[in-house]
Amino acid sequence: MEQTPQIPKEKFKMIHEDDNQEQEKIGTPSLTYLQDVRRRLLSNKVATVCMVLLSIIVLISVFAPIVAPHNPNEQKVEYANLPPKIGEANIPGFNGMQKRGGKVVNAYKEVGAPKGTTYLLGTDYLGRDLLSRIIYGTRLSLIVAILATLVDLIIGLPYGIISGWKGGRTDIVLQRIIEIISSIPNLIVVILMMIILKPGLASIVIAIALTDWVTMARLIRAQTFQLKEQEYILAARTLGESSTKIATKHLIPNLSSTIIIQTMFTIPNAIFFEAFLSFIGIGIPAPNASLGTLLSDGQKAFRFLPYQMWAPAIVLSIIMIATNLLGDGLRDAFDPQSSD
Amino acid sequence: MTKYILKRILYLFLTLFIIASITFFLMKLLPGTPFTNQNRLSHEQLAIVKAQYGLDQPVLIQYLRYMGGLFQGNLGTSFQFNNEPVTQLIGQRLAPSMQIGAQAMIVGTVLGILLGAFAAIRKNTWVDTLATFISILGLSIPSFVLAVLLQFYLAFKWHIYPVALWDNFQSSVLPTLALAALPLGNVARFMRTEMVDVMSSDYIELAKSKGNSSWQVVTKHALRNSLIPVVTIIGPMAVSVMTGSMVVENIFSIPGIGEQFVKSITTNDYPTIMGLTIFYSFLLILVILIVDILYGFIDPRIRLGNGGKE
Amino acid sequence: MEKILDVKNLHVNFATYNGTVQAIRGVDFHLNSGETLAIVGESGSGKSITVRSILQLLAKNSDIPEGQILYHGDDLLQKSDKEMDAIRGDKIAMIFQDPMTSLDPTMPIGKQVAEPLLIHHKVSKKEAMDRAEEVLRLVGIPNPKARMKDYPHQFSGGQRQRIVIAIAIVDYPEILIADEPTTALDVTVQAQIIDLLKELQEKIGTSIIFITHDLGVVAGIADRVAVMYAGKFVEYGTVDEIFYNPQHPYTWGLLDSMPTLDTSEQDHLNSIPGTPPNLLNPPKGDAFAPRNSYAMEIDEEEQPPFFKVSKTHYAATWLLHPDAPKVTPPESIQKRFEKFQALKSGGSVK
Repeated sequence: MEQTPQIPKEKFKMIHEDDNQEQEKIGTPSLTYLQDVRRRLLSNKVATVCMVLLSIIVLISVFAPIVAPHNPNEQKVEYANLPPKIGEANIPGFNGMQKRGGKVVNAYKEVGAPKGTTYLLGTDYLGRDLLSRIIYGTRLSLIVAILATLVDLIIGLPYGIISGWKGGRTDIVLQRIIEIISSIPNLIVVILMMIILKPGLASIVIAIALTDWVTMARLIRAQTFQLKEQEYILAARTLGESSTKIATKHLIPNLSSTIIIQTMFTIPNAIFFEAFLSFIGIGIPAPNASLGTLLSDGQKAFRFLPYQMWAPAIVLSIIMIATNLLGDGLRDAFDPQSSD
Repeated sequence: MTKYILKRILYLFLTLFIIASITFFLMKLLPGTPFTNQNRLSHEQLAIVKAQYGLDQPVLIQYLRYMGGLFQGNLGTSFQFNNEPVTQLIGQRLAPSMQIGAQAMIVGTVLGILLGAFAAIRKNTWVDTLATFISILGLSIPSFVLAVLLQFYLAFKWHIYPVALWDNFQSSVLPTLALAALPLGNVARFMRTEMVDVMSSDYIELAKSKGNSSWQVVTKHALRNSLIPVVTIIGPMAVSVMTGSMVVENIFSIPGIGEQFVKSITTNDYPTIMGLTIFYSFLLILVILIVDILYGFIDPRIRLGNGGKE
Repeated sequence: MEKILDVKNLHVNFATYNGTVQAIRGVDFHLNSGETLAIVGESGSGKSITVRSILQLLAKNSDIPEGQILYHGDDLLQKSDKEMDAIRGDKIAMIFQDPMTSLDPTMPIGKQVAEPLLIHHKVSKKEAMDRAEEVLRLVGIPNPKARMKDYPHQFSGGQRQRIVIAIAIVDYPEILIADEPTTALDVTVQAQIIDLLKELQEKIGTSIIFITHDLGVVAGIADRVAVMYAGKFVEYGTVDEIFYNPQHPYTWGLLDSMPTLDTSEQDHLNSIPGTPPNLLNPPKGDAFAPRNSYAMEIDEEEQPPFFKVSKTHYAATWLLHPDAPKVTPPESIQKRFEKFQALKSGGSVK
């Protein structure tokens, strides 16, 4: 430290004699918010896997008429309760063998099905192909969930925005209403609605949306409250932009993360309610199947024909798990602070 | 504080009143009569039955009567089940539901807290991953699916517990487990988030700088601070357990109010449906009220009022 | 004077998503017994990380690849977790920046103050609480006996910082690390806290490492000052040397951006142009060169070593090389030089 290093003299030439404004530039490229969100989401392996899984499930549901090997409602009573069978391969559990009266027999031969008859996941008590029913059931469950979520948004979004934006007396009244609605257990509201309305797809959607929008409205309201005080919104207000314009131009884009995340949690909730209602017998009427009715049918025969329960239970669980995990992933991606 | 509690109790009754009114008029909107699916009654018989239940009166009179009865703790008379008063019906069936509900809440919350705490302390390790996995399973798999699976394996195949019976503690194990999964998942997840938050706070750093070992930091500071907010989700948890209980009681043939509710729905027993709806709402509001008051007592920031100079 | 703490060639890295951030890139300093050393620098210069590495309170993604932190000759970096626990709060204590968030919101403050005693000594709860009460009185909490049972939210910001200080000094630590203890407070409260620290230092004879980005605060409390930039020290010396005989262009910039009593309304305060370098890829040469209007070619190629200015004063700038051209510092700095001359010849500064 005490020694002076030998440095060639010409190195002591001054640079930056001129002023150095260019130093204000920021060196690293900056990512936009959405790019950042996408990067974070894609770097989350679990969320990516769930996204792929859900995409496959959605695609199968959309193309159900092409993908399903049989007509889901076609009954062949003589082929009732056949176990799963995949071609002629001898995979335990999927070889068409069944225990009957203590003996393992080839169930397909017993009912005299022609060679080559296979039901990948077996048949139910009316001889309907379980795989096709599950594909159509998933489709129906997803339709219910998506419609319910949409209705949920249609009610919850404006309600939340108005409540949060107007504040004051309007807010108090709107919040009281929400308080009362949310103090009745969701399921009871849904069940009451189901009793009053005719059973069917529309009733289920309305019943579920009627309870779920409350959560959405609450979140949107809280977020709106915060946004309202933000400077750019204040600026827009001072400049005299109309409320609708502020709502569509400034509020909704900034609410989008809340909306997307909440939607990801509403979907499994709706799927659960639908399954629940169908399970206790006030959901989707026969002969159409949803995952809930399939579960309920499966449960009745579960002790002796467990495969009829397993398949819909696994599909339902996978959808629930995947949507929940994807919701988590989205939340972390939109709001990195929530994860670290 | 006393004033606050009184105000809340007043709100409780107000809300209940509104709920009861809404339920009443919704039931009146129903098409047909509750007797249509009973052994076809003649015109005169129907009139007699209607008169017996007061259904021949104008709706307003019926409403006033019902609300008056409600005020005296009378929830009306069941159309089915030997015309038992609904209150009595609930009274007889409350105990089993309460037992499995409370057991599930305790098991779920305690295990959930432990799971969430370990996940937070061992953040981003395999412990965290495993705990997250368990809590997602608990959250995602519907209780009725779990109930059926438990019934099949633990009862039907391996004979560890009775399949569907209600007598002793043994018979409450499976329904408790099926119902505990959801609170477990929820509490674990909530606890993890809270605790991760707390662990990265300044006061935890200060606690470390005092010379507390990692273990002491957790037990003396982190745990209490993360536990307090967990109290807030106990209310919603209780509701989902109640919901789950309806089907789970059915699956395990437990003579509880959940099973009764489902039965009333399938038999169009409107007074019972109405009575149970009001009763469930009452339970829910009561639980939330108790939790709120409890929260006030646990959290010093609320207990002492925000009297500090902020 | 005894060196109680001697930090040698300290390096600290952080593993981040974008790569390794070299937050501290070779820092040397020592702390003498009973003195106050101030570390000054803008946010992100690594002051906090430097002192947190002494107590090993760094985030989990940190790594100390090189260096020694000798406390009475023992390297703290070689100690086990348990040995470090015994040092924290007992031998070396810390005061944090934000009093609003540094106290456990759900524990009465008396218990929080008594905690270090109960951890480090076999004392009864009663003894610890009595001592806590005494220390709370010492830091100026009125009526401490009654207020021991109160919770943090029942105190004002300034009072809370006094409580944080009470926690730090309750066990009479040999070294007190104060990480921007006044930044979050009102100006009037800042002065009170500085006075309190000075008073406590006299009473309990502790050495203080005081971190701040505010040079104004430094003059009031420090014996020696170290100026930090981009993970390195650039200049250190006594308070007078740094304030009135600064040698490094960065120190000039800092002093130039600080108002003094002499600053008249016509004068405008200068700022240092540009932003600190990205420590993901630290520059090869002097990190300050791109912002330095006195930079030379050598600054871009090689990091300057410390040049000795006096026995206590060193600065890392090539301008001090005998072959370097003579430069004219900013006018305000020249005024400071004049005062330094007066000071040396026995005059008073202000």
